[in-house]
Amino acid sequence: MMATKGAVKPIRIVMGKVGLDGHDRGVKVVARALRDAGYEVIYTGLRQTPEMIVDAALQEDAQVIGLSLHSGAHMTLFPAVVEELKRRKATDIVVFGGGIIPEDDIEALKKQGVEELFTPGTPLQDIVAWLKKRFPEGGST
Amino acid sequence: MRALARAITLVERRDPAVRELQQALRDRVRPAYVVGFTGAPGTGKSTIVDGLISLLRKQERSVAVIATDPNSPFTGGAILGDRIRMQRHALDPKVFIRSMGARGHLGGLSLAAREAIRLLGAFGFDPVILETVGVGQSELEVAAVADTTVVVLTPNLGDGVQMIKAGILEIADIFVVNKSDLEGHKRVALELRGMLNLSPKAAWRPPIIATAAVRQEGIEELWAAIEAHRKHLETTGRASAQAEKRLKDETAEVVAEVARERARDALGEDSKLSQRLLQDGTPYEVADEILRNHIMNSE
Repeated sequence: MMATKGAVKPIRIVMGKVGLDGHDRGVKVVARALRDAGYEVIYTGLRQTPEMIVDAALQEDAQVIGLSLHSGAHMTLFPAVVEELKRRKATDIVVFGGGIIPEDDIEALKKQGVEELFTPGTPLQDIVAWLKKRFPEGGST
Repeated sequence: MRALARAITLVERRDPAVRELQQALRDRVRPAYVVGFTGAPGTGKSTIVDGLISLLRKQERSVAVIATDPNSPFTGGAILGDRIRMQRHALDPKVFIRSMGARGHLGGLSLAAREAIRLLGAFGFDPVILETVGVGQSELEVAAVADTTVVVLTPNLGDGVQMIKAGILEIADIFVVNKSDLEGHKRVALELRGMLNLSPKAAWRPPIIATAAVRQEGIEELWAAIEAHRKHLETTGRASAQAEKRLKDETAEVVAEVARERARDALGEDSKLSQRLLQDGTPYEVADEILRNHIMNSE
C-alpha cells in the first residue's frame, strides 16, 4: 500500500578508529570514496573502543563496520570488535579493516572473523568493488 | 535496541511493513516532545546537542537524537558525521542516536522523521532532538516537525542582511548564538535583537541564548528557554492546534506518496499514456486520467 518502488536501500557503514591512534587521513579518504560510491557512511571519529563502535553500528542499523588502525594494535582491537559483535548477538554485521597490517597478521585476522583487510596503497576502487560484491543487493540508488 | 534500530530503517526505506508496525504501536505511543536544531554547517549544533544530552541525563531522562545530513544528489551516498560530537554518550542505553541521510526522496525528510519520532516515543525516549544542517529547505522541514525550533548562529557568519534573507527569523522559536567565547558574538546578538524588534508583535518572542557549547556554557539556560516555550505552547492552546495541523499535513503527505507511486507505475506500464503525454505536451489531461483510473478507482 505504501510506496516501495521508489524506495532506496543504501548500505550503511559505520567507520571509525579504534584505540589510541590519531591518524585519520586514511579513514577519511576511504569514507569519502564510499560516499561517492553511494554508501551511507556514519563516521564515529577517533579513539573509539570496540564497545562504542559496535553500539553505534547497532543504533545505526549498519550492515558493515569499517575499522582503521595504524598503531599496531590491530591483533588486539580488531578481534575485540568481532567478539563484541558476538556478545551483542550481531554477527551478521560484516567487519573489514585497513591500516598498516603485516601480511602474516592478515590471515590470522581473517580466521578470527575480520572479513577483509586493506593495506596502504590499495586502490579505492578495490574497496568499493569488494563491498559491491559482498552486498550485491544494495548500494547506490 | 536492535528492534528499534531496524524499525527506523524500515521507516527510512518507506517499507510497507511500517504501516502495520505503527498500527501495532499505536496504543503504546506517548508523543515525545520534539526539539529541532538547525543552522549553518560548523555552527556547533551537534556540540550543543551533546551538551543537552548530558544535562537531560542528569535529570534521568531518556533522550533520542535524529541527526540528518544531506545525501549526494548524484550517487545517493552520504557521510553522516554528527555522531562524532556525541560519542561520549555511546554506551549509555538511555541515549539513542541515529544518523539519517536526507535521501532526497520527494516526500522529504519529514515523513520518515515523523515516523521515527513516533517509534522513539513508543520506546520511551522523550525528548527527541532533531538536528538538520540548514542549507536549503531542510530547516523548514525541521520547523514543520519540531515543537520547538532552535536556530543556531555564530559570530562571523556575515552581517545582519544575511539574517533577513535566510528566512531564519520566522522559523526560530529560540535563537542560540554559539561560540560566545569568540569576538563578535555580542554584535550578532545585537543585530538579531534589532531584526526581531522589527517583527510584528507576537505572543512568543524568541529569546536569544548565548552558549559556548564546548565548555558546556549556556546549555542550562537553553534548556530553560525550551521548557518555557513548551509551556507557552501548552497554556495558549497552540500545542493541540499544532498537533492537529501536523497530523493533517502528514496525512496529506501519505496520500501524496501513495498517489505519486501509482502515477509512476501507470506512466511506466501504460505506453498509451506516455504517447498521449508527448502529444499533449502538458501534464494535466493525463494527470486527470491517472487520478480517475489508477488512484480513485483502485482499492
